[in-house]
Amino acid sequence: MRWFERFRMAVLMLFRRQNETERLSDELQFHLEQQIAENMAQGMDPAAARSAALRKFGNPTLLRDQARSTWSWDWLERFGRDVRYGTRTLGRSPGFALIAILVMALGIGATTSLFTIVRAVLLKPLPFRDPDQLVMVYEHFRASVGGDGTNVVSSGDFRDWRAQTHGFEDMAAWRNYGFNLTGEHQELPETVEAVGGSWNLFLVLGIEPALGRTFTAEEDRPNANHVVLLSWSLFQRRFGGDASILGKTVRLDTNAYTVVGVLPRWFTYPNPRAQLWVPYAQTFPATEYDWHDNHQSYVIARLLPGVSAATATQEVSALQYRLHEANASKPVAEDAVFRPMIDDVVKDIKTPLIVLLCAVGCMLLIACLNVSNLLVARGAARRKEVAVRGALGGSRLSLIREQMAESLLICLAGGTLGLAISVLATRWLASHWQDLPRAESIHVDLGVLAFSIGLIFLTALLAGLLPAISSTGAGVLTALQESSRSIGGSASRATLRKILLTAEIAITVVLLVSAGLLFKSFLHLRTSDLGCVTDHVLTVKYGLPEKQYDTREKVVAFHEALLARVRSLAGVRAAALVSTPPGGGWENDRSFSIEERPSEKFNLLNDAMTRSADPGYFSTLQIPLIAGRFFTDQERLTRDQYVIISKQFAGQFFSGESPIGKHVKISWGRKLQTFEIVGVVGDTLYDVTQPLKAMIYFPIFSGIPSETSGATIVVRTTGDPLALSLPVQKQVSALDPALPVYEVLTLPQIVGNSTASQSFSATLVLAFAVLSLVLAGIGLYGVLSYLVTQRVTEIGIRIALGAQRSEVLRLVLLDGLRPIAIGLVIGLAGGATAGALIRSILYGTSPFDPVVFATMIGSLLLTAIVACVVPAVRASRIEPMEALRTE
Amino acid sequence: MGKPNDLVQGTLDLLILKTISLEPKHGWAIAKRIQQISNEVLQVQQGSLYPALHRLEQQGWIRAKWSETDTGRQAKFYGLTAAGRAQLEREMESWIRLSTAINMVVEIG
Repeated sequence: MRWFERFRMAVLMLFRRQNETERLSDELQFHLEQQIAENMAQGMDPAAARSAALRKFGNPTLLRDQARSTWSWDWLERFGRDVRYGTRTLGRSPGFALIAILVMALGIGATTSLFTIVRAVLLKPLPFRDPDQLVMVYEHFRASVGGDGTNVVSSGDFRDWRAQTHGFEDMAAWRNYGFNLTGEHQELPETVEAVGGSWNLFLVLGIEPALGRTFTAEEDRPNANHVVLLSWSLFQRRFGGDASILGKTVRLDTNAYTVVGVLPRWFTYPNPRAQLWVPYAQTFPATEYDWHDNHQSYVIARLLPGVSAATATQEVSALQYRLHEANASKPVAEDAVFRPMIDDVVKDIKTPLIVLLCAVGCMLLIACLNVSNLLVARGAARRKEVAVRGALGGSRLSLIREQMAESLLICLAGGTLGLAISVLATRWLASHWQDLPRAESIHVDLGVLAFSIGLIFLTALLAGLLPAISSTGAGVLTALQESSRSIGGSASRATLRKILLTAEIAITVVLLVSAGLLFKSFLHLRTSDLGCVTDHVLTVKYGLPEKQYDTREKVVAFHEALLARVRSLAGVRAAALVSTPPGGGWENDRSFSIEERPSEKFNLLNDAMTRSADPGYFSTLQIPLIAGRFFTDQERLTRDQYVIISKQFAGQFFSGESPIGKHVKISWGRKLQTFEIVGVVGDTLYDVTQPLKAMIYFPIFSGIPSETSGATIVVRTTGDPLALSLPVQKQVSALDPALPVYEVLTLPQIVGNSTASQSFSATLVLAFAVLSLVLAGIGLYGVLSYLVTQRVTEIGIRIALGAQRSEVLRLVLLDGLRPIAIGLVIGLAGGATAGALIRSILYGTSPFDPVVFATMIGSLLLTAIVACVVPAVRASRIEPMEALRTE
Repeated sequence: MGKPNDLVQGTLDLLILKTISLEPKHGWAIAKRIQQISNEVLQVQQGSLYPALHRLEQQGWIRAKWSETDTGRQAKFYGLTAAGRAQLEREMESWIRLSTAINMVVEIG
């Protein structure tokens, strides 16, 4: 029952406080009356009785306060009082309040946004059943150039792993695939990204389809009935969310596939672009399903309870070594390695996200320091007031609390504003950040709210505690004794501000350097030389379905007809065909051997990217010929045993000797063949964010359906290349109405897409750094102005005694520049460390890049000088007579 | 105002609870009663009495009610709650234990 009593009192005290206060007065009044009555009973006259009673009673106000202090909610009352005082103090200088609130809003808002993203992307568990039990298993080559040797898995390896090892509960595989999607009735064709997934993949992940069923084991065979699972977005977009699609047929590469199910809306693994799923085995020709060297698949394994991933992988690894031995002539890895699935999903985004979070944290810290600095200045102005209150009995704790309430108010207002900003900013970031995995799971929820509230209190503490402690310090007596004429009395306060300033400058320099490095690296990427002409180039992809285009003649006929049509379009200077344009990605790589080096065993390091191109490709993109010749129109169909290699290839594998006329043995058209090298051309990058790789070109007019049915037509135009995208597409559909085109892009767009993520992080970090620089500038200006105001009398006396104005200018400037110099040195050391830490996401930029360092030091010094000059000049213009009179 | 309170620390609560255990009383009466029973030895100051009363009320040991005194004036009467009665038992026990112990030391030691 006691809890009820207490609860009743708590409610009473909260809602009827005013009433209770009156009753307390009444109660004490009653006591007094009793006392008076008693005194009168003892024979005193009324007046004497009254004064005696009052004397005995003591201080009624104090007594009332003491009784009140036992009431519940007393803390709330005190807090309310502090907040009231704080609001009044802030209201007296609305300019200061506004700046401080905006600064905190930016800092808290940005930090909350980044935290929301980091939490959703890096910290939340994957949306699968027992996601901690999921790992990815990769092959691992012991010898490898660049990289860590980890490689995607071949279908043969995966099948043997699954059949012959028992350390995992189950293993599933998937690989990227693509289809031309058409309907039964002349619907518009489109190219869709697809995934081939083993039948058990959805069981391993614990995914229930939204409609229908997933694949069966019988369907996961190379020649089984064609079935397809639709993603929710394709189901909605193309089929209007009509469940009657189940059991019906869609055409993929003109083959009929039966729709057996629809995946849930939230399921966007491996990426949101995947539109449909087909059984894993059906993405392979029957003959290749057992191959051990078609490294294209990703393997997901679920751990058995009580068996560690390392133990389970060891067994796989042992099997892999036997596979390696059995296939010594092929690139089959020696080992297997694992990686937790969550790490695998976020591996490309983890470092940039953490860098961004650190950057935004630094900015928030600077914002705190700045507000702290401003509060110290105000504390100094209110020194006398605080001292008087202290002398009158205000406890230090309550004085500190009151000042803290001020910074709490600033942070609360800023935080609320910041939270609003962050909701908008987060939505914008999530939708504009390309290649951000798990973007669909990003939203502001209770956890984020709790985080930002925590942040508000933390920043209030950070910004308020130091100034509050220092301004209520022991020097109460000194402050009171300080005559109005005293000078330099608050040297310690100035020191504190300078330390804060030094810290601010140091952090700003770290941010500036990191931002500069990231931006330089990004610029390097954007301006990196692809190795070909990029202006006025349009690229359009298409893929001929192997069902209709099943002979070399048919494939070549289409390619040539399209080329001829496009070349005759107005505004086209040149057109050519290539399997994948420069910057367009990996496509394929194969290992090879060189015939002129006999008895050479299979060597993993003999590996090159493969491309196929038509005779006009190199001249169209102005890729220079270094030796030999380009392809000719005669090198077509079965007369295709000629290849062209890149400069990197020649340098890497024919150092010193001429490669022309030499022969390479490499797989082409699903069998190992010998090719004669006829030319060497300049290098092109396959991805601007990746180092150069040796490249080998086959003639695309060879026409082998399995190798050359997918092509990109590259068109050099006289005018705007995108203006030609529709005419080119019309030529394609004139030749084959059911054939869709995709990735209609200019070369700069291709580069832009692959650097979008870098562009994003570089721009954001730079924005944070610039903001911090502005904040540091404001801080610097504030400190110096304050110091000058403090020293007006001193400077006035100096000038009166004959000090030169230039001397004064120098004095003040030096005073301001000292903390900057110290901060700069600390910051440079920190910047170099930060640069070394982010080395992995810097492309073509040294972490100690002198240009970046010089630029950043320069911009900091410039800002500092601008911030210092104004107060310094003001100091040097002080009129001694006026200065001495004002006091 | 006399000397500061002579009461052993923490015994004021016990005295208040005990004093109102028979019937509810107002603050003045509680102070008077303690003074009389102890032959004027224990003087409860207002500065201690009212904060103590309010604290006990907040804690749910005692409950206040406004009613008329003999002279017809409204006053705040404090009475024990059930929980307060149990608390009184506990405080009594610990007081007896303490005072016995002190007596033994004073008399024998």
